[in-house]
Amino acid sequence: MIKAEDYFEEVRELDGIPVRITVYKISGEFHCHIFNADAGATIARCSAGDRETALQVALQKAAKRLHRSIIR
Amino acid sequence: MNYARPEMLVSTEWVDQHQFDPHVVIVEVDVDTQAYEEGHIPGSLAWNWQKELCDTVRRDVIGKAELEKLLGDSGISNDTTIVLYGDNNNWFAAWALWQLKMYGHQDVRFMNGGRKKWLAEGRVLTKEVRKPEPATYKAADRDESIRSYLNEVQQAMRSNDYVMVDVRSNDEYTGKILSPAGLAETCQRGGHIPGAINIPWAQACNEDGTFKSREELETLYQSKGIAPDKNVIAYCRIGERSSHTWFVLKYLLGYDTVTNYDGSWTEWGNLVGAPVEKELAPNAVKQMA
Repeated sequence: MIKAEDYFEEVRELDGIPVRITVYKISGEFHCHIFNADAGATIARCSAGDRETALQVALQKAAKRLHRSIIR
Repeated sequence: MNYARPEMLVSTEWVDQHQFDPHVVIVEVDVDTQAYEEGHIPGSLAWNWQKELCDTVRRDVIGKAELEKLLGDSGISNDTTIVLYGDNNNWFAAWALWQLKMYGHQDVRFMNGGRKKWLAEGRVLTKEVRKPEPATYKAADRDESIRSYLNEVQQAMRSNDYVMVDVRSNDEYTGKILSPAGLAETCQRGGHIPGAINIPWAQACNEDGTFKSREELETLYQSKGIAPDKNVIAYCRIGERSSHTWFVLKYLLGYDTVTNYDGSWTEWGNLVGAPVEKELAPNAVKQMA
């Protein structure tokens, strides 16, 4: 029987853009998802054996992707 | 729950009790199409909105024959109770529900709170993918009365019988950005359809992913002029966020005439010569008409 553990969610700014971050553990693996705060589309994700790696890699991917997005 | 159609929502507890009910098929539809693989509700299936819930060649909703195959392959027959759930406040589950209603499926509901609530409550998950016994599904002809096309929106823009609700973010509505952060730019201009009122779609939900109360939703929409005595057209960028608002207005608040303009901003914002507003003031065109 598996379930999500240590469910965590927060909204923070990344390069001035609000993003929603969720991290949880399933079956010993940590999953981090980063969504733009509005609309809520996934902009980065990472799964790793420890929480910090999942979070940091996802944040790096998100920063790279957000940097490419056009703001006028 | 005192919603207009409370039976359209089931709780996570209800799903827990019915996950192996042979009359119920639970389907996960996520924004993040890989989320299902991390772990999902035991017995649930997954539909991929990018591949299975649209016609990418025509830029259209799924065709009737394709829908019949999808549902049949999912073990769904016409009298099955379909429970949809997904990440991010059931966003893309709403896209699925809107299409199922277009094709006349009677009993389709949301798990209130979606994937987020199920995970946060620490309910049981599995990584096993169920192989359903195929069924026969006969879809109705598409009901286009819950959908708006460009010509209707152009007429609605100058009619006092209609109100339009733009459910994108404020920055998209004002033209500050052309698409949400991190997504590809898909239109030539920023702004909104003249007269449209901005109420971002996720304002209909609580932090735990469940829908706000009927009273809160009435205040949210009616205080801004989205009234039940009007013909309401909801739109966003590509029609998914607005299918969520369509659900709220139609089933939780009981509005008689509400449609989803799925052409949305990626159609309007690319039209040659179409009027566009960028400022916040609504109804400028209607006041002139």
